Amino acid sequence: MSAPAMEAARTLAMGENEATGADRPTVEAPFGRALARLGVIRPEIVGLTADLGKYTDILPFRDAFPDRFFNIGMAEQNLVAVAAGLARTGLQPFATTYGVFATRRAFDFVAIALAHSNLNVKIVAGLPGLTTGYGGTHQAIEDLALMRMIPGLVVIDPCDATEIEAATEAMADHPGPVYMRQLRGTVPVVLEPGYRFEIGKAQKLRDGKDIGIVSTGLMTERALDAADRLAKQGVSVGVLHVPTIKPFDTEAVAEFCAGVDRVVTAENHVVVGGLASLVVETLFDAGVAKKVTRIGLPDRYIECGAVPTLQARYGLTTDAVVGTILKLG
Amino acid sequence: MLRNSPPGEADIGALKARATKLRRHMLTMARGQGAGYIGQGLGVADLLAALYFHELRYDPQNLGWVERDRFLLSTGHYSIALWAALAEAGIIPVDELITYGADDSRLEMSTLDTTPGVEVIGGSLGHGLGQGVGQALGLRLQKSDARVFVELSDGEMQEGSTWEAAMSAGHFGLDQLVALIDCNGIQADGPVVLDMEPVADKWRAFGWDTAEIDGNDMDAVVSALAAARRRNGRPKAIVLRTLPGKGVPRIETSEKSHFFRVDVREWDGIIAAFETSVGEPA
Repeated sequence: MSAPAMEAARTLAMGENEATGADRPTVEAPFGRALARLGVIRPEIVGLTADLGKYTDILPFRDAFPDRFFNIGMAEQNLVAVAAGLARTGLQPFATTYGVFATRRAFDFVAIALAHSNLNVKIVAGLPGLTTGYGGTHQAIEDLALMRMIPGLVVIDPCDATEIEAATEAMADHPGPVYMRQLRGTVPVVLEPGYRFEIGKAQKLRDGKDIGIVSTGLMTERALDAADRLAKQGVSVGVLHVPTIKPFDTEAVAEFCAGVDRVVTAENHVVVGGLASLVVETLFDAGVAKKVTRIGLPDRYIECGAVPTLQARYGLTTDAVVGTILKLG
Repeated sequence: MLRNSPPGEADIGALKARATKLRRHMLTMARGQGAGYIGQGLGVADLLAALYFHELRYDPQNLGWVERDRFLLSTGHYSIALWAALAEAGIIPVDELITYGADDSRLEMSTLDTTPGVEVIGGSLGHGLGQGVGQALGLRLQKSDARVFVELSDGEMQEGSTWEAAMSAGHFGLDQLVALIDCNGIQADGPVVLDMEPVADKWRAFGWDTAEIDGNDMDAVVSALAAARRRNGRPKAIVLRTLPGKGVPRIETSEKSHFFRVDVREWDGIIAAFETSVGEPA
C-alpha cells in the first residue's frame, strides 16, 4: 500500500472521516469552539474529559481556560461523579468521553449521581453509532436507547456543525443534565442559515406527501439528500428532523406522520429502543395508523472496518436511503 | 456547628454524651420499624457525634450556606445514624425519627438527597467519594476553604469507582477532602467477603495522608479529625475500626448485624438494657 493510501486507511479507521458532506462547508471542532466562546461569558462552566480531550474536540476550551479544565484520566465512573460534585458547588461541568463509555460504563452514575438529583451536568459523547471503524467496543450503537430510559435526562443527537454549536448554547441555558452525541473534527454544515435549535422541538426541513422521513443525528443529512434525489424521480419526500430524543416532540411527529402516506425512520443507532421505537410508540398513542419502515443498525454488534464501508454495508448512506424508499413501491 | 473559625478544644465528655443520644435515637427508630441497619449506625455514632458537634462547620438554619463543610454519607444504608445526627443538630425534628423507613417518610432506610441535610444520594455504593472529589475541586476553584468529608466503608472499597476517586484526589492534591473509612468488618453476605487489608497502606499508596484509629474511641476520633485539618496538598484518610452495634451488646453479638430485625418485645428489652448501661433516664 502506498503511503497516501495507508494514511487514508488510517484516517478512515480512526473514524475521522465522519464528515461525509464533501460538497458542503465544514466547521472544525464545533463543540469545543462553541464551549470556549461560552466560557467567556459563563465563568461557571468547567470542562472535563476522561483522557479523550484530543478526540472529543474540547481542547479549544482547555486552551482558553486551563484552570477550569480537569482531565480525570481513564475513569468514566469518576468522570461523571466528579462532574456531579462540581455541579453541587454551583459550577456547570461539560464532560466529554466516547458514547460507549459514558453510557455502558458509567450508566449507574449518569442515572443516580446526575439524573436522580437533576444536576447541571452536560455529557458530550463522541463516536455515535457508526462513526468509527473500531468495532463494538467503540461504536455507541445503543446509547440513545439507554439514555432515553433515564428520567429527567435530556438526550440530543445533532445533525451538523450548526446544530452542535446551537445545542451547546442551549445546554448551557438548560439547568439540568444533558447527554449530547457529538460529531467531531471536520463537521459539515447541513442546516440552512437561520435554523433555530430548541431542546425538545422537532423541525420540518422538507415538505412532502408520499414519504415522510423522521430522522435524527447525521441521518438527517442523508434524508435531505435522498429527498432531493427522489424529488427528481417524482417521489415527494418530507423530512422531519428530530434532534432531541428526550423530551420527544410527540406532537410534531404525530402531525408530520399523519400528513404522509408512509413513514420512514432514519437513525445512526440500532432500530430497537431509539428513534424508530419512539416514532412507533408516538403514532400508536396518537392513533395514527401508518406503516413505518426503519432505517438504522441491526440488533447485533458491528464489525471493524472503514467508516464509509460500514455505513454503506449497514444502510446509512444516501444511496441506501434512496434505495430503501424506492423499494417501498 | 455554626462558626467560621476552626473548632476549639473538644469537650470529650460532652461528645460522648451526644453519641449516647444518637444511639438512643437509633434504637427508637429501629424499634419503630422493627428493623434497620442499626448495627452500622451504632458503630459510627461516635464519628457522627464528633463531626456534627465539633468538627463540621454548618448552619442548621441555612443548610445551603456555601461556606459550609459538606458531609457525604456514601453508605446510604447508614441513614439511621445520619437521621439521628440531623435530629440532634436541629435540622430535622426529633419526633419525626419514629417514621424511619415507613411509607412516605423522608427518613428513608437508604438516603435520598431530597431530605434536608443530605448532601449526596448514597445508596449505590461507590458513588460518594467521586462526588466528594468533585465538590472539593469545585470549592477550591471558587477559593472556598470549606471542607468535604466523605464517609465510606470497608465493603464499599470493593467497588472500583472508589479507587478511581481515590486516585484522582491524590492527583489533584485535594487537602480539603477527608475520607472517613468505616471498617466494621461486615457486609451484606456476612463478614467482609473479599480481604481489603492492609487498608491504610492502600490509601497511602494512592497519595493520601492516612491515620488508622479505633473509631469508637472518642479521643482518637477527635484527634484524627483535628490532624486532618492540615493543608499540605494531600487528601486525608481516616481508617476507623468500629464495632457493629457498639454500645448495645445484643446487637454487637448478633449474627444478623448487617440488617437487624427482632420483635417489639425484644426491642423493649434491648432499649431497657441500653438505658441501664448508660445510666441515664430514658
